[in-house]
Amino acid sequence: MTSTTKVEERTLDSLLRLDRLPHIWCPGCGIGPAVGCFIRAVEDSGLNPDKIALVSGIGCTGRVAGYVKLDSFHTTHGRALPFATGLNLGNPDLNVVVFSGDGDLLAIGGNHLIHAARRNMDMTIICLNNFNYGMTGGQMGPTTPLDARSNTSPYGNIEYPFNVPYLVAASGATYVARWTVLHARQLEWSIAEAMIKPGFSFIEVLGPCPTLYGRMNKQPKGMDTMHHYQEKSVVKNGADPKDVGITAEGPIVVGKFVDIERPTFWEQCKLVIDRAQAKKNE
Amino acid sequence: MSENGVLCGTFFMNGDVACAEGAISAGCRFFAGYPITPATEVAERMSERLPYVGGVYVQMEDEIASMNAVLGASWTGRKAMTATSGPGFSLMMENLGLGVMLETPCVLANVQRAGPSTGLPTLVGQGDMMQARWGSHGSYEIIALVPSSPQEMFDLTITAFNLSERYRVPVLMMSDEAVGHMSEKVVIPQIAPEELVNRRRPHGGQEQYLPYKPDEDLIPPMAIVGEGYRFHVTGLTHDERGYPAMTAEAQDQLVRRLADKIRLNKKDIIRYEEVEVEDAEVIVCAYGISARIARLAVRQARAEGMRAGLLQLITVWPFAEDRIRELAQQVKAFVVPEINYGQIVLEVERCAAGKANTLLVAHMGGSVHDPQTILQAIKEAVR
Amino acid sequence: MGIKEIRIAGFGGQGVVLSGQIVGQAASIYDDGFSTLTQNYGPEARGGSCTTEVVISDEPIGYPYVQNPGVLIILSQEAYDKYRNGLSSEALMIIDPDMVKPDPSQTPAPLAIPATRMARELGRVVVANIITLGFLVAVSDIVSPEALKNSVLTSVPKGTEEFNAKAFETGYSYGLEQGKRSEVPDG
Repeated sequence: MTSTTKVEERTLDSLLRLDRLPHIWCPGCGIGPAVGCFIRAVEDSGLNPDKIALVSGIGCTGRVAGYVKLDSFHTTHGRALPFATGLNLGNPDLNVVVFSGDGDLLAIGGNHLIHAARRNMDMTIICLNNFNYGMTGGQMGPTTPLDARSNTSPYGNIEYPFNVPYLVAASGATYVARWTVLHARQLEWSIAEAMIKPGFSFIEVLGPCPTLYGRMNKQPKGMDTMHHYQEKSVVKNGADPKDVGITAEGPIVVGKFVDIERPTFWEQCKLVIDRAQAKKNE
Repeated sequence: MSENGVLCGTFFMNGDVACAEGAISAGCRFFAGYPITPATEVAERMSERLPYVGGVYVQMEDEIASMNAVLGASWTGRKAMTATSGPGFSLMMENLGLGVMLETPCVLANVQRAGPSTGLPTLVGQGDMMQARWGSHGSYEIIALVPSSPQEMFDLTITAFNLSERYRVPVLMMSDEAVGHMSEKVVIPQIAPEELVNRRRPHGGQEQYLPYKPDEDLIPPMAIVGEGYRFHVTGLTHDERGYPAMTAEAQDQLVRRLADKIRLNKKDIIRYEEVEVEDAEVIVCAYGISARIARLAVRQARAEGMRAGLLQLITVWPFAEDRIRELAQQVKAFVVPEINYGQIVLEVERCAAGKANTLLVAHMGGSVHDPQTILQAIKEAVR
Repeated sequence: MGIKEIRIAGFGGQGVVLSGQIVGQAASIYDDGFSTLTQNYGPEARGGSCTTEVVISDEPIGYPYVQNPGVLIILSQEAYDKYRNGLSSEALMIIDPDMVKPDPSQTPAPLAIPATRMARELGRVVVANIITLGFLVAVSDIVSPEALKNSVLTSVPKGTEEFNAKAFETGYSYGLEQGKRSEVPDG
């Protein structure tokens, strides 16, 4: 006689590819906590995971697609958004999430970002911002604060970074928020809210990169960056996005900045289809 | 027009429009593109026709985005395509490679103009033939078809979708400005459903499904997004589960299979047309608009008593190497007219392997060959 | 029948390309032959000069471009100056005398039809090209009048068929008054 032991499968585990663990992220990295928030948000949202598609680009955050047990696409550098656009328009019933890094979405993919926001594509973007390119070894990027050190700004960064919420809000996003991974509960709820809301929802998530950016900028441990978030962050829901730019000294304004209504691209597509069909029936 | 909005009948239309109609007839219901001369008319036609048949047209911010949107749409189960020309074709190369790696069926029409760079936007060229073969990085095989008339633009676009769905690989339509912009009679038949190929779907349960476990023919069945398979795909080298596998062994297994699924099936894929090759001592090997001109030169050569024939390549990739090897035993020489400074001639020369001469009749683009220059080359070759 | 070539040239807005399409469609669909139409493209095709060319044959066409046109319809002075030279002596040239002042030394003299004026008299200047096409098939055998008329009717916007048919007849009758219907020389 054989006996079987039944182990309760935890819901959250069912959304992870456990056969791929351990993951590749460094100790203290912010991506793991952000993924945790996302997984719990999927649970909170009540959405059917079979109908969620997750798309990532390239980089440390680009690896998220490989660890979630959803239909998931690890695409090319910067191109998660146009790939997701094809998924969304090919099957508008899907709930499409793009989970990628600041370099991927804002530098090489920057043009796609503003145009996807302009069209109000029905998708949720989770942009993990750790202020540098991690996978390639800690180079400066379009979100690196002025004067910060990196492996390609050894004398201090001379470029002014994007104020990311301001950029996407100006481009037409209908939901814009920023949290740090320290704000785990708010982030989780924000992701759930964004996924349920139709239209282009963008959440900037600040997360530590102790191995590279942190080490070069006096935060050598993940906890150092978490302390920094704790000290410097200010929750200001409804803040004007133009006032939420980030500097090395802080403050870090977090909260939900934009939550407006505008027809999604698919709703506009349906108008076109209706007009064409009307012509057909003439 | 039939009830479902798909065209049927005889029309006088240009090649770009015929390409769009071929796509509609093939079941294409998604187009993403960016305006570029001389391919714009494909997009314009699709923007009008797709909503009519319940499909989606989206104009993206550039060709990189267009190629990616096409790949995304294909994973939802739609037949999807884009159309472009040289500069846009260059921009699409990286993600053409993603399409190859993810084994994503789709069609990319390149209405070639003369390059390099901006070149002659409104005038004909055939300079992207090698780019079609080797343009994306890494080692891979691709399928490329070359139409020489608006009718072939229609017919071969259907073939392109069928091959793409069958082999799970992006298929290129290597047209050119002359064919894209010329208008001719195009007969659009009612296409029976059985004439259209659809990708093979998974045949086991969702739990057992491995996205890259091939069937015997080396082609893996394809799940589509949203059906509960919860699959993962990546542009990284991957194993049968679709998971990244960063080893030389996994690379060997995957890259060989991606190429071999085309190579081992080349008899099914390769298409060409022959005119009076049986007794030929010189064969003109040509494709696209140049094949039409070559046909005139061959006819004139015959009229003047020369034993000339024509081998019109309809697929350039994979290349008709077996047939050219055979013909090389028989002929004195191959004459290869192309609107570039020598691309496909290199393949002909490789296959002729010294058994027959090869003569390039190069034209740098902006117009087509004068049939007389091809005739001159035939005369030289006979000598 | 060998290869017949026609060139239609003027400026944007005169319906030059539509005229070419009507001729090409008439030849390949309604006369059941073969035809290939090409046209100039690019910045020069936006409102400025505009040319369309059709090659017609009873067998599939290899070379798609016009080399030695047997018929020219010339609707602007610029087009006249550009295409006047190098014509074969057998080539038939049709002009709108209100748009083109031909060189008096040109032999044979071009055939003239004041299509724009006639269209205005009919009430709509846009049908000038259809009047010209009616004239074309009265004075040459490039395509049959029946085929051309059918092609006109399926090419014009719905609801305007009757008016366009009238325009066609107007040009056709005017052409018949000019006398003989000449054979278009081979290209």
